[in-house]
Amino acid sequence: MLTMLCLLLAGLAMLTLPALLGWVGVLRLGCVGAMAAMAALAVLALLWPVTEVLALPFGPPWAAALLALDPLSAWFLLLLGLAGCFASLLVGPAPRHELVAYPLFLLGMAVCITAADGFTLLLGFEAMSLASWAMLHERRAARLYLIFAVFGGACLMGALGLLSAGAGSLGFAALRAAPPEGALALAVLAMVLLGAGAKAGLAPLHLWLPLAHPAAPAHVSALMSAVMVKVALYVLLRLVFDLCGGAQPSWWGVPLLLAGAGSAMLGALRANLETDTKAILACSTIENVGLIAVGLGLALMFRGADMAVPAALAMSGALLHVMNHGLFKCLLFLGVGVVLEQAASRRVDGLGGLLGRMPVLGWAMLVGALSAAAIPPLSGFASEWLLLQALLGVWRTGDALFQFAALVALALVAMAVALGAAAMLRFWGLVFLGRPRSPRVAGATDVQGAGRPAVLLPAALCLLLGIFPGLALGLMQPVLAQWLGPAVPGPGGVFGLSAGDAGARYLVLPAALLLGLLALALWRAGMFSAGGSAARAPAWDCGYIAPPPHMPFGFPDTQPSGAGFAQPIARMLGAPLLAGTDVVTVPPPGSPVPARRRAGTTDPTWAALAALRQARHGLSGFLDRLRTLSIRHSLGLMFATLVLLLAVLAVLERP
Amino acid sequence: MIAGIFSLLAQLLHAGLVLALAPVLIGFVRFIKARLMGRRGPPLLQPWRDILKLLRKRPVLAEGATAITQATPYIACAATFLAACLVPGFAQGMVLAPMADLLLLAGLLALARLALALAGMDAGTAFGGMGAAREMSLSTFAEPVLLLCILVLAMVAGTTNLDTMVATLRDGGVGLRVSLALAAVALLAVALVENARMPADNPATHLELTMVHEAMILEASGRHLALWEMQAALKLLVWMALLSAVFFPWGVAPAAAGPGAWALGLGLWSGKLFGLAFALAVFESAIAKLRIFRVPEFLGVALLLAALAVALLFVSTGLA
Repeated sequence: MLTMLCLLLAGLAMLTLPALLGWVGVLRLGCVGAMAAMAALAVLALLWPVTEVLALPFGPPWAAALLALDPLSAWFLLLLGLAGCFASLLVGPAPRHELVAYPLFLLGMAVCITAADGFTLLLGFEAMSLASWAMLHERRAARLYLIFAVFGGACLMGALGLLSAGAGSLGFAALRAAPPEGALALAVLAMVLLGAGAKAGLAPLHLWLPLAHPAAPAHVSALMSAVMVKVALYVLLRLVFDLCGGAQPSWWGVPLLLAGAGSAMLGALRANLETDTKAILACSTIENVGLIAVGLGLALMFRGADMAVPAALAMSGALLHVMNHGLFKCLLFLGVGVVLEQAASRRVDGLGGLLGRMPVLGWAMLVGALSAAAIPPLSGFASEWLLLQALLGVWRTGDALFQFAALVALALVAMAVALGAAAMLRFWGLVFLGRPRSPRVAGATDVQGAGRPAVLLPAALCLLLGIFPGLALGLMQPVLAQWLGPAVPGPGGVFGLSAGDAGARYLVLPAALLLGLLALALWRAGMFSAGGSAARAPAWDCGYIAPPPHMPFGFPDTQPSGAGFAQPIARMLGAPLLAGTDVVTVPPPGSPVPARRRAGTTDPTWAALAALRQARHGLSGFLDRLRTLSIRHSLGLMFATLVLLLAVLAVLERP
Repeated sequence: MIAGIFSLLAQLLHAGLVLALAPVLIGFVRFIKARLMGRRGPPLLQPWRDILKLLRKRPVLAEGATAITQATPYIACAATFLAACLVPGFAQGMVLAPMADLLLLAGLLALARLALALAGMDAGTAFGGMGAAREMSLSTFAEPVLLLCILVLAMVAGTTNLDTMVATLRDGGVGLRVSLALAAVALLAVALVENARMPADNPATHLELTMVHEAMILEASGRHLALWEMQAALKLLVWMALLSAVFFPWGVAPAAAGPGAWALGLGLWSGKLFGLAFALAVFESAIAKLRIFRVPEFLGVALLLAALAVALLFVSTGLA
């Protein structure tokens, strides 16, 4: 199986050749095939776990590069395979360097996920960052992205260096045998949280994400949001959950829990305020990464408290959400790409009324949006049910710190879930419902060709995993067994999910069936009621006069705009939390000019970044002054340094 | 076997009662409010008459409205009806009891809410979109309070299954608790906001700028409007049944105990429901509507109360 994996990785590397030659068709076909094969391979590896490690005949000077496919890797590889397969369907003509970067991006993620030593892990991680950077279109976003990527990579390098200090080798088996202790372990935790958090977009290291993800072509955005941030979470899982060993204190989960809850809230709030469809989706990614981090934090807390069943609950919730978010976010980004192609706009204020023109895409994206909004019986609700059940069980640990952290996290997560639903409604409703906001939108046609399976397949998977979450949880069972031991029952079943204790169950299959039957029965009853079929008339709109004939889609200003729809939330939450501004200009009575509103928000973390910039300015000014010192001052400085070093030496050498 | 048949019968009876009672409850609230204002008030069955009248009428769709307008009333109504079937009424331990998870209940209500908001946005009119935006913003503040109340109940009863919870609370061992009282007040506030009742929204309003719920169904007509009216009535019933089941669980009969026990439970349940409806009418008559941007403060107080309830439980479980 590992040989197959190697062949697939080599194949991905070879695909740079057709990319260099500009053969888009070959590239697309090759990527789709390789990714589908990778997904199949991952399923096989989950069904029949692979334990051996493959040493490649090349690597860094001191050792061979190692590859392995244990259940944890296989789970993330499955996500990469599925999302990569759907996204690759939409590979289109692009500048040469972007075409070459695309298979390298996929390769980097696959290598990072399947690496079995620190060097290969970092190699894949950096390849992923650099290749995706090469595909960004906006200069400012790309620079910010690169800064955060370099920062993240540097932190991870430090973490791996500290981890290997005790083991003397970078191989995972050796690292696992010598887990870090005391202050060293703390330093590893901090660096992994910073490094993986910066790449995953955990607050407060999320600033790059809403800028960078929208700046790429749709299929790359889809992969960045659906998979790349998950690869960062995989690195977090691998380093903290696996390589640091099981004996770490349970409070390790608390920073993860709180950062996750904060990210979820902040991301969901920002998703309600953005007016660019891709930025909305990128902010929703911050929210979902936060939710996954909450689950991971809870899993650590429960494991530290020796509560295996809730730990399995939290972990499976997090891992299931990894898959669910990957699928629906892939679907939504790809759909937005199709919309951009057809309707020439990414802004919600330039779209509208697309459901009538693009029914297939519209309904598929409704499934994705409802999944993202955590509406039963779709997939997002299943994983969020597990996460909420885990949060509701934290009080059983009996530790006051955990209980109050969970109380705060629960309130934040609940708000984030409701905000996420509002954001998805706003996104889908403004794009697909109402009237077209531009002539180009009115002429849009439905998704055709390769785009059709690219949106329909993930939508089908969202439905499938929503109604049968037990399928995914069954596949995931080896991951839980690997981490908690084989005896711990997972929360999945045929009819739905169970939270382990006292019969708290989410019986999704019967609920979905009843829901469908009831709706159908009501509909049939409605058909037989005397009214007859529906008639059409101009919208009543509280008596607003009908538009003149040269405005076939009505007055544009009588439809809610993106900023207008966001106004209540902007005023209630944006103003206090995001330093929101809101200026309304109302024309004098009798004037036909519509009222206008200008609103804006600033993410509070920009202030932190500005402070860093200020500090850098100060430092460079200071260094500049050092350079122009007189010879007297320079000599004095050297002498002072020498004395200082001698003093340090004297202190250190004291018996 | 007998127990199974009884639990099925109880479920069917419950479903039928819920459907029949929901509009009557709305009528009762309107009647009491009219009386308190010195009017004679419409008969109790007036909401039923309205619904039946609307059901006979053909819906008129706005030009450009999609299948969303036609499908959402059925979905929202089905989701709310299913939620109403899950909340124990006169009996607990009915057939659907294992499904009655509080988080699923919240999910079903969220599904209905989203369907309503989608229907509001479909025609692309100003008021529909405004109502949808307001509804979702208010739910943002209601959801944390709801989840904290669920946490209180889960800590007291040890599960989030509503049916088991009601049985545990009814059979004592829990007693009167300060936390439960605080959670009851917080949940009441959520119920008022979610049902678009007085401090958040005026159910009798005709002034478009202040509306939330009515703004979203302005374009609905005919049987679609009937379904939306029914859905609103069912939602009020769900919340009232939930409050009475959790905070006044006395007299909820076990479904397997047979029709004799049901009759007693039925009497008590209708007493509780109409008592709550009476309290709602008195409350609404006594209070003025808040500005929409003041509602977060109202729910913020509820959030504080719920957090206090949770903290008290933490302390008391820590000491025990």
